[in-house]
Amino acid sequence: MLDVREVRKAFDGFAAVGGVSLRVDRGQIAAIIGPNGAGKTTLFNLITGHVRPDAGRVVLNGRDVTGLSPHDVCRLGMGRSFQRTNIFPRLTVFDNVQAALIAHRRRGFDLLGRVGALYRDDTLAILQSIGLAEKAGDVSGVLSHGNQKQLELGIVLASEPDLLLLDEPTAGMSATETRETIQLIARLTRERGLTLLFTEHDMEVVFSIAQRITVLHQGRVIAEGAPAEVRSDPEVRRVYLGERR
Amino acid sequence: MTDRRRLPWGVLAVVAALAVPAVGSRFYTFLATDVAILALFATSLNLLLGYTGLVSFGHAAYFGVGAYTTGLLMKQLAVPFLLALPAAGVLAAVFALVFGFFCVRLTKIYFAMLTLAFAQIVWAICFKWNDVTGGEQGMPDIPYPDLAWMERLPWAGSLRTSDHYYLVVVVIVALALWILRRIVESPFGRILTTIRENPERAEFIGVNVRRHELVAFVLAGAFAGLAGGLFGIFNRGVFPDFVYWAKSSEVLIMTILGGMGHFYGPAVGALVLLVLNQQITSYTEYWPFVLGTILIVLLFVFPGGIVGALAVGARRLRRSARA
Amino acid sequence: MPDLSFLFGQALSGLTAAMFLFLIASGLSLIFGVLRVLNFAHGSFYMLGAYIAYQFVRWFATTPGRFWIATVAAALGVALLGAVVERVLLRHLYGREELYQLLFTYALVLILSDAAKVIWGTGQLSVSRPPALEGAVRIFGTKVPYYNLFILLLGPAIALVFWLVLHRTRAGRFIRAAALDREMLGALGVNVSLLYTGVFMLGSFLAGLGGALVTPVKTIVPGMDVEIIVEAFIVVVIGGLGSFWGTFLGALIYGQVLSFGILVFPRFSIFSVFALMAVVLILRPWGLLGRPLQT
Repeated sequence: MLDVREVRKAFDGFAAVGGVSLRVDRGQIAAIIGPNGAGKTTLFNLITGHVRPDAGRVVLNGRDVTGLSPHDVCRLGMGRSFQRTNIFPRLTVFDNVQAALIAHRRRGFDLLGRVGALYRDDTLAILQSIGLAEKAGDVSGVLSHGNQKQLELGIVLASEPDLLLLDEPTAGMSATETRETIQLIARLTRERGLTLLFTEHDMEVVFSIAQRITVLHQGRVIAEGAPAEVRSDPEVRRVYLGERR
Repeated sequence: MTDRRRLPWGVLAVVAALAVPAVGSRFYTFLATDVAILALFATSLNLLLGYTGLVSFGHAAYFGVGAYTTGLLMKQLAVPFLLALPAAGVLAAVFALVFGFFCVRLTKIYFAMLTLAFAQIVWAICFKWNDVTGGEQGMPDIPYPDLAWMERLPWAGSLRTSDHYYLVVVVIVALALWILRRIVESPFGRILTTIRENPERAEFIGVNVRRHELVAFVLAGAFAGLAGGLFGIFNRGVFPDFVYWAKSSEVLIMTILGGMGHFYGPAVGALVLLVLNQQITSYTEYWPFVLGTILIVLLFVFPGGIVGALAVGARRLRRSARA
Repeated sequence: MPDLSFLFGQALSGLTAAMFLFLIASGLSLIFGVLRVLNFAHGSFYMLGAYIAYQFVRWFATTPGRFWIATVAAALGVALLGAVVERVLLRHLYGREELYQLLFTYALVLILSDAAKVIWGTGQLSVSRPPALEGAVRIFGTKVPYYNLFILLLGPAIALVFWLVLHRTRAGRFIRAAALDREMLGALGVNVSLLYTGVFMLGSFLAGLGGALVTPVKTIVPGMDVEIIVEAFIVVVIGGLGSFWGTFLGALIYGQVLSFGILVFPRFSIFSVFALMAVVLILRPWGLLGRPLQT
């Protein structure tokens, strides 16, 4: 489904991502882990078109999407959430999701329609599935951090993606919130037959749902494979736990 | 910005506006014409500022283009008003398309500076191109449209030409504002607000931000041009200072004074600013000083503008009434 | 074919103008680089520098060295005003949208411009050159006033001092760091708010200094605030907002463009100046030496 081939990106001479390749098959749940500064967010930015890679290719469903702008990549079925919550703060929860639906269904240049009740049922359905239906009328900026992350998930889902890229979906959450969020994500992925690629710091989260893990360190892949393999990989242990050989 | 108004403010305002010539002196009609036209100008800017989050320092360029277009067509080429006015909107839209294409590729301060640069270029052209624009002297003696037909109307028949023109202006402005209202309440309008709130996120829900911004820019320019066309006739002359950056800053202040978070904010701002200007300049020549002070008070105390402050006040009243 | 001495004269006058512009634009660029505020009132500070210098020259009408006293007093006075403006008013707007900060500085322009009119009237004022620098010298067949020579030397001198401060002192390092990442700096325990006030004061000092030094060369009139801020904008756009050497380079380029442009296109100034700004913003918005914009 997603094929990333040898992408590279350097900022002012600093190699943020240096020749990373990874594959995610359809329906898989894959994770990227690595210490801070390993280049995870940059890698995501390269995949989603936010940043142009210096070299390498990104292939989605057999189609080369390298360097395409984010809105084009989104239209091709890639949805992304951000590490720092990225919602539309002064819009209501309802409006946030509705806007995503409007954009996805290509009604963005409709100048004459009325937006009030447009896609109302679909919007509420999405809010229901992420558990924010009661807060539909609330201004999203004042929601709790956890709720905002849920909303972000809802916005992503509204674009009906095939591939979900979630950048640290449980960042800043308590243990309970983390568990709930991960269960929600796993459930939605299963229900909608989505492919999921996410980055995380929380190892418990990663090992609980990921089927395939890629480990990044200083912009390079140092290990890749099923959770059990990665867990016992000596290089990974050295990087994370500082163990000597 | 969901519309929870119980009172149809828009309709009330139009009715009140139409009544002005009947109850007020010539002076009031004059002021009201000015307010109506500038209300349209400011609301067009708010499409960019309040709804899309784009700060333009050069919106007067399109106002000026509209004014010069209508003025030129009506004065030199005797084109009827019904054609000359839409032409103003169209030509302003063309300028907005060309300028906007370059401007939307930039963000924030660079966007603002480019809008300013383009506006000053237009000003310089108007200032120097004596053959077409009349140069520094401008284009005086713009004729009124043919309003003789209005004398046959029952209630308006006995009014002066300037009053007739005022009524025409009110109708046109009301229509234009209605269209703008429809635009901001459309799916397009909703997408614009997402761009204002978070352009990066908007990209990631599939919004082509630049294209939307360009469309908003062109629409804003078109309506500003319309306002300019109306103003040139009202002013009985078109002059380069219609395009000068001071005009752009004036309309920007008006918009924020009234409140860029509400559709009718800029219109209220236009009313308040013009009335204040009128009152204060009759006492002192130091209007800029007063304006600067008002602006500072606004920024520190009422960032939501007049309408914003009123809305907050109304909410508090409602809450205490319920308690 | 214009003779060489004429060209040389034009080039020198372009350089002199450039030095003044550099003085003012560097303050603007510094404030933008660190505080991220485009200070429209910078031109007003320049104008006040000129007016205050004029006032001091009048007060000390018979004191020798009054020009230098006036210059220093003006620069310090404007710096003080800058400090007050920043501490009392501007700082409350830092968290808000940039538009509010811009409008605030614009409001200042309105207020200060009228204040100057009230205090000094609307007529043209001038200050004569300091006695030490009266007269001119012939270089390559063209007459160069000593005062202009002084400015031509002072400009690079101040640039050098400025550069040394930025790169060799502790405060300078903080300033450069603040331009890159102010949050980090605060987290490191640096008093960022004091730094901001200091930077604003320094920028304003430069503006006031420029205004005071320009008085023997240009008449002091209302409207000089707007005229200079427009030119300063163009200089920093060409050179790159926030870039030190960019501002210097931009000033040099603009000075020459101004000097020779009027010869080539008589109806030059207003149109071409803004056309230049537009071209730079379209083709290379980050200017010659600025950092490329990242989305």
